[in-house]
Amino acid sequence: MAHSVLSDWIYLPAQTPPSLLLNYFSFFPLKSNQIFLISFLTFSPSKQSLLYKMLSCGAGSGGCSKDMAVELGDEPHVLAVDDNLIDRKLVERLLKNSSCKVTTAENALRALDYLGLGNDTLEGTVSEVNMIITDYCMPGMTGYELLKKIKESSVLKEVPVVIMSSENIPTRISQCLEEGAKMFMLKPLKQSDVKQLKWHLMKCRN
Amino acid sequence: MEVGQMQRRLVDYTKSLFMEGFLDAQFLQLQQLQDESNPDFVVEVVSLFFDDSEKLLNDLTMALDQPSVDFKKVDAHVHQLKGSSSSIGAQRVKNACIAFRSFCEEQNIDATLRCLQQVKQEYYLVKNKLETMLRLEQQIVAAGGSIPMIELGF
Repeated sequence: MAHSVLSDWIYLPAQTPPSLLLNYFSFFPLKSNQIFLISFLTFSPSKQSLLYKMLSCGAGSGGCSKDMAVELGDEPHVLAVDDNLIDRKLVERLLKNSSCKVTTAENALRALDYLGLGNDTLEGTVSEVNMIITDYCMPGMTGYELLKKIKESSVLKEVPVVIMSSENIPTRISQCLEEGAKMFMLKPLKQSDVKQLKWHLMKCRN
Repeated sequence: MEVGQMQRRLVDYTKSLFMEGFLDAQFLQLQQLQDESNPDFVVEVVSLFFDDSEKLLNDLTMALDQPSVDFKKVDAHVHQLKGSSSSIGAQRVKNACIAFRSFCEEQNIDATLRCLQQVKQEYYLVKNKLETMLRLEQQIVAAGGSIPMIELGF
């Protein structure tokens, strides 16, 4: 495959598939971080996260087989809570594009049931969730109240919770962060916001 | 009309929607989320937006038609509409909702009724524009062409 070398950077065609990139990494281990930076910008989001996983396992130093790539393919499970249908669809797509498994809930009570903290939780239906992202303004129970319930739970208090809101209110933001929210994000969400989230999540897990 | 012409027409039309403020950068986010594995993402979200908005506009009309208007309820509906229009990039609808909310706070009946008309107008305008744009896209795909990506120099 044609590429050009410019000082410490290697430019690869935009559509380079990750598997071919790995071959490059094994030949050019010293440059792997730089290659990663360029290709990261041009790949579609799902390929980007795969590349990140491959690199973080030491692909650059000369050997990452296809098997390891498959092994690393565990997707974090995110519970997304929002009463707005369009926002639910958007956050779901954004998260799936970052290789997350997504469950959505249309309000805080449904979320609590799903997490096993609700009054209507059925036996044996509690699922493991790696992160919760919730809207602030919801009818009934707000995202802030949901956050508090999660932090009160011995089982769930370590799960990172992210609050989203369309309103930039500093007191609201600090209130949520003080209560233990990992991040506060302004809506509408963009792909770059979710990428930031994912990095955070990966950091937490490692 | 051959595919190249249709594509140019679509690009010009889409660009005009941004120039005239009907759409903002958030709409580009939606387009970027569409790919081979999700070829209908934009159509799906836009359709959801149409259904959701029309329901909200009906609820708003009814709520403002009451002898004693519940402004909290009205505000809640506008908040929803502001959220969805913002999430898909329907800038003028979103801005109309922002103005609407400030009059809800004042509990000003006349102003809120005017705002409702304004929001409806903006909604039907953007609905029309988006339907036209999506129809152009469909025609291109049906003729075997691909939908060109819009690059905007913001």
